[in-house]
Amino acid sequence: MSAISSKPGPGNLLRTQGAQKLLAFAGLIALVAGFSLASPNFMQTPNIIAILQAASVNGVLAVAATLIIITGGIDLSVGTGMTFCAVIAGVVLTYLGMPMPVGIAAAILAGTCSGLLSGTFVAKLKVPPFIATLGMMLILKGLSLVISGTRPIYFNDTPGFTDIATGSIVGMIVPAVPLPNGVVILFAVAGIASYILGRTILGRYAFALGSNEEALRLSGVNADRWKIAIYALGGSIVGVAGILIGSRLNSAQPALGLGYELDAIAAVVIGGTSLRGGQGTILGTVIGALIMAVLANGLRILSVAQEWQTVVTGSIIILAVYADMLRRQRAAAAG
Amino acid sequence: MFNRRTLLAAASAMAILGMAPAASAQDTLDIALISKGFQHQFWQAVNQGAEQAAEELGVNVTFEGPDNESQVDRQIDMLAAALAREPDAIGFAALDSQAATPLLQQAQEAGIPVVAFDSGVESDIPVATAATNNMAAAALAADHMAELIGGEGQIALVVHDQTSRTGIERRDGFVNQIEASYPDIEIVSIQYGGGDHLQSTEITKSILLANPDLKGVFGANEGSAIGVVNGVTELGRDDIVVIGFDSGAAQIGAIRSGTMAGAITQNPIGIGYETVAAAVAAINGEEVPETIDTGFYWYDASNIDDPEIQAVLYE
Repeated sequence: MSAISSKPGPGNLLRTQGAQKLLAFAGLIALVAGFSLASPNFMQTPNIIAILQAASVNGVLAVAATLIIITGGIDLSVGTGMTFCAVIAGVVLTYLGMPMPVGIAAAILAGTCSGLLSGTFVAKLKVPPFIATLGMMLILKGLSLVISGTRPIYFNDTPGFTDIATGSIVGMIVPAVPLPNGVVILFAVAGIASYILGRTILGRYAFALGSNEEALRLSGVNADRWKIAIYALGGSIVGVAGILIGSRLNSAQPALGLGYELDAIAAVVIGGTSLRGGQGTILGTVIGALIMAVLANGLRILSVAQEWQTVVTGSIIILAVYADMLRRQRAAAAG
Repeated sequence: MFNRRTLLAAASAMAILGMAPAASAQDTLDIALISKGFQHQFWQAVNQGAEQAAEELGVNVTFEGPDNESQVDRQIDMLAAALAREPDAIGFAALDSQAATPLLQQAQEAGIPVVAFDSGVESDIPVATAATNNMAAAALAADHMAELIGGEGQIALVVHDQTSRTGIERRDGFVNQIEASYPDIEIVSIQYGGGDHLQSTEITKSILLANPDLKGVFGANEGSAIGVVNGVTELGRDDIVVIGFDSGAAQIGAIRSGTMAGAITQNPIGIGYETVAAAVAAINGEEVPETIDTGFYWYDASNIDDPEIQAVLYE
């Protein structure tokens, strides 16, 4: 562990990442196997698609949250930020009648700007990330309501907008696998984020910020600027989530989003990312989001009462983090 | 280490399987209700009515709804999971009809009858809609208002919003009845407070200050009605006739203490009961009426303890 904090060497990183993935992945497989045995309705193509659809928005939000959490921060504004971006897309597409690519670009730009702002509060004004993003969460919630006039904005004038998340390009090529585009977008976003974390200097500094910010500063790196860049990157991914949810609902629902940040954070920790920063993988987060979606769907298929669904989900989160902690302790003991 | 991991995973899987009730019994009918909310008392009362019908008719009913009425996507996920379960019928109270249309079409193609409840679904897919007749309910409130203020004078309305179906219907039902039957009553103000207690309080105070001769105010849902009571109390205007809608502890308290003259209550238990009953009838291929009026009642200090009223009130 200390080897990582002092020097984020690629060998060390890969080894821990491998173990994290395995653990979360084993959990996902166990859940899928368990639900398949318990109900013949679980392992059906339409249901698997429903699960992937449900995982896509939370997954994209969780990828954004992972980037911030790796730097030792937290982003509570991803849920309402997503809504804000969807509303911006609604204003640009429906109220201003612009073509679809402009609306998509506007939503991602809006997310990037809000991320830049959060990052600036954290890095330059030294407001703790929890507080800075709590403030942003409320600001973005309020702005979404103001801009939309507290009414949902429908995308009826933009044909093809719903296809962004609910259509299936894969299904058009291979009819047997009608994978919704939303899931493809989740995998694409995860792939890009994973590449940035693992292969670029921005990713390296993100881990360094989380494990030992002071050391990074002392080595002459402009840590503030890199931190702001990570928050902005997270914000742009939140913009993608905004497009996805708007497309799925064919509307920007301005009151939505509060509480979604906690689901995203849950997916991140189930995926083995430490809230202390300096550690984490995007693949783990995606698996975490899938675990949450499988769990919610499977419990519903089994007709488990809603009260108990929540209890089970909470228990799984604690169990997952505990199991991960055990693994770390053993890894540390083993040297 | 790998053993331990698999053990943990297996243990959690077993725990979940153990939680599943015997829902797979194939001989009893399985009906999935997807509501607009879950933990709110109104929805729990709907759930109670659904369970009552399930017991009487010998069917299995599940009841689910999102944490709040903005979570349209969560409701869609619930509907998708319910469909995958292949229930014999679905009861659905749409948060956003448009977002749910593809899934409802799926249900129709699969031959699963859909019964809409509460605010209904804007679509021709549901075989029936079990809901309160809000127009008629608000008209009854108007009749009581007219009687209590002596058939003449100025009144005002505090409504939750001008976009939702319940907001529009209760406003129009009340206003139409006053205009049609009570020419000496003047509606001086109709304002919207989002059903929020505080906002409705402020609105009420401004209406009262602007119209010193005002005789009565109608609050069109629980939040609005409580706001009206608060506004009247804060200004010390105990001469104002306040009429509310729905129930809840605060409103029941205001009626008992005399701050509120009375209120209209819907019949949430009836909504749940009729939804399940209509679903069972539809499964059995029986004729189901397109709209099922689940009823409403006027209640005030004189009849609040009647068993008939107590059965439909929620704290």
